[in-house]
Amino acid sequence: MSHHYEALDRRPVLTPFFLLMVAIAAIGTIFLITRFVAGMGAVANLNGGYPWGVWVIYDIVVGTALACGGYALAVTVYVFNKGRYHPLIRPALLTSLLGYGFAGFGAFVDMGRYWNGYNIFLPWHMNTHAVMLEVGLCVAAYILVLFIEFSPTLLEWLRKQTGWQVRAEAWRKLLDKGLFFFIALGILLPTMHQSSLGSFLIAMGYKVHPLWQTLHLQPLLAVLSAFTMGFAIVIFEGSLVTTGFKRHPETHLFTGLGRIMMGLIAAFLAFRFGYLILMGKVGAMFAFDLGSVMFWIETALFAYPLYVLASPVMRENGKHLLYAAVSMILAGSLYRFDGALITYNPGPGYSYFPALPELIMTVATIATEIALYLFIVKTFPVLPREAHATA
Amino acid sequence: MDRRNFFKTSLGATVASAAALAAGGVQARPNLDPAPEAVGMLYDATLCVGCKACVSKCKEVNGMPPVPMGQDTHADFALDLSAKTRNVIKIHTEGKGAVKDAAADGFAFEKRSCMHCVDPGCVSVCPVSALTRHPMTGIVSYNKDACIGCRTCMTGCPYNVPQYDYDNPFGQIVKCEMCNQKGVERIDKGLMTGCAEACPTGATLFGSRGALLAEAKRRLALKPGETYAYPRGDVRKPDSFHEKAVPGYQKTVWGEKEAGGTNVMHLSAIPYDKLGMPPLGERSYASISEGVQSTLYSYLALPVVALGGLTWLVKRNTSGEKEGGAE
Repeated sequence: MSHHYEALDRRPVLTPFFLLMVAIAAIGTIFLITRFVAGMGAVANLNGGYPWGVWVIYDIVVGTALACGGYALAVTVYVFNKGRYHPLIRPALLTSLLGYGFAGFGAFVDMGRYWNGYNIFLPWHMNTHAVMLEVGLCVAAYILVLFIEFSPTLLEWLRKQTGWQVRAEAWRKLLDKGLFFFIALGILLPTMHQSSLGSFLIAMGYKVHPLWQTLHLQPLLAVLSAFTMGFAIVIFEGSLVTTGFKRHPETHLFTGLGRIMMGLIAAFLAFRFGYLILMGKVGAMFAFDLGSVMFWIETALFAYPLYVLASPVMRENGKHLLYAAVSMILAGSLYRFDGALITYNPGPGYSYFPALPELIMTVATIATEIALYLFIVKTFPVLPREAHATA
Repeated sequence: MDRRNFFKTSLGATVASAAALAAGGVQARPNLDPAPEAVGMLYDATLCVGCKACVSKCKEVNGMPPVPMGQDTHADFALDLSAKTRNVIKIHTEGKGAVKDAAADGFAFEKRSCMHCVDPGCVSVCPVSALTRHPMTGIVSYNKDACIGCRTCMTGCPYNVPQYDYDNPFGQIVKCEMCNQKGVERIDKGLMTGCAEACPTGATLFGSRGALLAEAKRRLALKPGETYAYPRGDVRKPDSFHEKAVPGYQKTVWGEKEAGGTNVMHLSAIPYDKLGMPPLGERSYASISEGVQSTLYSYLALPVVALGGLTWLVKRNTSGEKEGGAE
């Protein structure tokens, strides 16, 4: 409620940084128009062997995992009933909504026959065996659920606008009756499609490097890493907000999240290494080719937060927590990039490196998300009220 | 719930889902069987002379212009499959490239077009059933009106066959549909595929999968150097034969078993991987992927149970927050 959260409405929206983000977004828009007028080939280096480039792998596969903060916190607060993390949930939901919203947008841009896109919702077209169907439906539903989960923030703002108070109150009451169901959905849906983002790799078969092709384990490793990245993103974003807006740190809360992360990373590494060893892939780990080098960089990035969080001193230090979170974010992102793109090999004759306009479009997407985030936290009551956060 | 329970529960849930998947892996469906009246082709690389009559005929049948080389349009210069080419002849050379079908200092031709997999990856991964396997003929066809252009078929095809037209803002997927797509329907009319009809040496044979596989195995059983009468056209009713010495074939028919087998099969004198064939086992990736999906989502049983449990937990954990704190 209003005494828990505040809009940073005394701060100007149109800062130089904000305008820089808008400028990057504007450049991206030019290429976006080119893509729809001249076709994807005009802006992207996609080809017959690499049909998915940075748009799919960053905007959707990595991007939605980076947007798992809302998911991770929802599980912590509502399943494990840890109410003390409640102040973190609105900013986490906002990043999730933006991340997923733009993943949906990215999917549309990448969709080669977007005017047929609605076919995915028509039962007589559905192929229930297809991972893509599950991801498409589930992500679409989750964007809607995230909007509903975030709507109390919007209603709280609306209530203060003249002439809207009564209606905002009524809608809020209606929302409260069913919100618990949407929160439950908001936990189930990411579990489903985040695991599916791993299952995508099964059907790619030999094109996925042996160190990332874990077949039946794909969904588990994908959802575990996404969930862990969710906690890391909450810590990362919280630290940036603390520094950027010179607010009181929420280190005591992050320490708790860090302890959860520690268990999750240990489980991820145990499952991954266990599988690779059982399947006789130790040789591939030490082949010292591109795959094995990327594998060890990834492993180091997973291991570093484990090392920081295992130390009772370091995990109570805001700076070390931030480093651990950044390392985890890089580890999880690289895990996705490596398997689906960097070591992805469709066979002789094909190679891929993103075109400049293709990269700029992805950067522009990120810039747009940052600009929207700044605008929203300065307009709507998203961030926890200072006194509450330090209580 | 305290931290210890948190971890216990998380670990329990993780182990349970891993166990469910491991069990699902065991129960996963086997590879699909060939369609009852599967039609296909047999490409014998040792018979191919690289004339590309098949490429030219394919373009004619499908109403697609040849790929020029600069200003030169007198022949089709397609180097690989693309949105403009459904069938292509490629050449593999090694060392001096002097001797046909020799592994050292040799060269060999290779035909690339849709293999019409018995258990097709593209069909399995397509979210909107734009790619389908015909229940009787096993022909894998494409419906552009269903296709959303997600290009998952391209990632799921072990042979990189489906090609999207990136240069067209309204592009579509292009792949060989065994000359039987709407408007062409050569197989339905009792004709054979364009490429098989055009092939002067019988390197590309048309026929039922069964008859083609029998023909392929007959060739493998021959002794190198023996004379054999090679049929042209449809293996079940050849237009003509030509006699030729039998080469030293590789000892397997590509497509008999690879990833569940294919309806378009290949024979070669040099190892198949040199001709660009992918490293495949006998199990189709489609069967593994569908096994995982059906374990997790069959009748939506697991998600519904999970949603019930989650709803109960969330309701219980938010009921204390009177002032609408649940958000």
